[in-house]
Amino acid sequence: MRLGKRTKERIMMNIFRALLIIVVAVYMLPFFWMISTSLKPDRDLFLMPPKWFPIPPEWSNYKQAIEYFPFLRYFINSVIITAGSVLGTLLVSPLVAYGFSKIYWPGRDVFFYIMLSTMMLPFAVTMIPTFIIFKKLGLVNTFWPLIIPSFFGVPIHIFLIRQFFNTIPDDFIDAARVDGATELQIYWKVMLPLSKPILLLVGLFQFIASWNNYLGPLIYLTDEEKYPLALGLPLFLTRYGTHWNWMMAASTLSIIPIVVFFFFAQSYLIEGIKLSGLKE
Amino acid sequence: MTRMQRKNFRKGFLFILPWLVGFAIFTVYPIVASFYFSFTEYHVTKPPVWVGLENYRKLFKDVLFTKSLANTLYYAAGLVPIGLVVGLFLALLLVQPLKEIVLYRGVIYFPSIVPAYAFATVGIWFFHPYLGFVNYILSFFGIDGPMWLSDEKWAKFTIILLAQWGAGGTALIYMAAIKDIPKELYEAAILDGATRWQMFRKITLPLISPATLYYLVTATLAALQIFDLPQIMTGGGPANSTLSYVMYLYRHAFSYVNMGYASAMAWILFLISAFFTFLIFKTSRRWVFYYGSKR
Repeated sequence: MRLGKRTKERIMMNIFRALLIIVVAVYMLPFFWMISTSLKPDRDLFLMPPKWFPIPPEWSNYKQAIEYFPFLRYFINSVIITAGSVLGTLLVSPLVAYGFSKIYWPGRDVFFYIMLSTMMLPFAVTMIPTFIIFKKLGLVNTFWPLIIPSFFGVPIHIFLIRQFFNTIPDDFIDAARVDGATELQIYWKVMLPLSKPILLLVGLFQFIASWNNYLGPLIYLTDEEKYPLALGLPLFLTRYGTHWNWMMAASTLSIIPIVVFFFFAQSYLIEGIKLSGLKE
Repeated sequence: MTRMQRKNFRKGFLFILPWLVGFAIFTVYPIVASFYFSFTEYHVTKPPVWVGLENYRKLFKDVLFTKSLANTLYYAAGLVPIGLVVGLFLALLLVQPLKEIVLYRGVIYFPSIVPAYAFATVGIWFFHPYLGFVNYILSFFGIDGPMWLSDEKWAKFTIILLAQWGAGGTALIYMAAIKDIPKELYEAAILDGATRWQMFRKITLPLISPATLYYLVTATLAALQIFDLPQIMTGGGPANSTLSYVMYLYRHAFSYVNMGYASAMAWILFLISAFFTFLIFKTSRRWVFYYGSKR
């Protein structure tokens, strides 16, 4: 007897489901292992086979971790750096994108393609002279070198916002122009209110990029007081690397902000790729 | 230029001015300056001293330079194709019309936004030779797991493997591309009796090729600059087997404050990156397919 088309389809779907559950388990395992280790007493660390669930949980690991790992200070430093660069991106990138999208001027495309090509420039190539500029300005060991560049517009974000602006009909703008509005007014009162979804997405992208940046702080920050989480956690690793339960407690703490962030931003990030125009 | 064009030029130019200024300060000047530094001996405290091709000559005799370059090419040769297969595989699963698919998408995407410094620390413990989870699981199958990060032969591969934890980002781009494929194409293929594999080869793969082009360029550039994971997990060891190009560059620039030498390295990396980007775009004419375009 041949299986009906629908039955066959259902079997196929369940095969996919089983595969997905395995894949999801693999992607969750490191988190599980991290949290489970963070709650184990010292003596259980070396048990083979390991205990899957540490019962009773050893909460004091978190107390130990915080004592040697000034989580709050690192966290605040990360927040300042990230907030500054998100602000810069949102203030400037859409402005530049407007000049690349809704004003038709000779030479525009040349500049646009130059900007696109800079996205392929390795960070390492510009890293040294940029460092020397900030050193001469006396800004090394401050947060500024990590924030200032975003106030000159971030090419990838300018590109994404421009793609979005291009989908907004010119009629809106021409009507405002006829009414005598200046370009800045049009930008502020017509374009920005229509562009909330892409601004949100770009803000989220910048948040992630800035929060996760490791090489930047490593180059510019020397005082431990000024370390963001990106430097604080590896520092903890080199000092207390064998206390795996404290280490995992500190790792768990440093991931919590990203978990909270993801909880709120998930749908924008996952669906947002549609807005980003990468599919073209 | 007409008066209108001139007026528009002024307006448009003013809007892009912030970027243009940043471009001059943070891109043009650094490229030119690092080119100049690469022919000098420069330790920041004193002005650069011209030494001609000395830095480049030294580089080609520097064993660690060659080693870090070879390591980096190894990383790229592993990260780019493996990342593509894993990302595409995840995407194909994540577009299936299941009720709870949103949940799976979230779980698989999440690790890709977890900072490298956090999952590097978790990764060290996960792949610990004696106490780690991976070798524990392998022991179930009677496999005596390798030393992973502590073994010269395995260390780079361990990092490549761990990086796949972030494949959710690639999966997302492929997901968007797959969802864009017109359903009629599959319906027609089914009527013609095509198998799933045939549909994947003849419809899905060609129609997502623009996303593949995007992936190849960004992933190759990222792989050539790999830094965070090896820096935190191994610091370059054991026996420099995980030392990446940018790690070695960083050492010269910021540990030895040897800016001239590091700038020469930066310029070589620039040329290597440009070469690979060019190569990918050049061959892309043969394999990238834009649906609906006549070309």
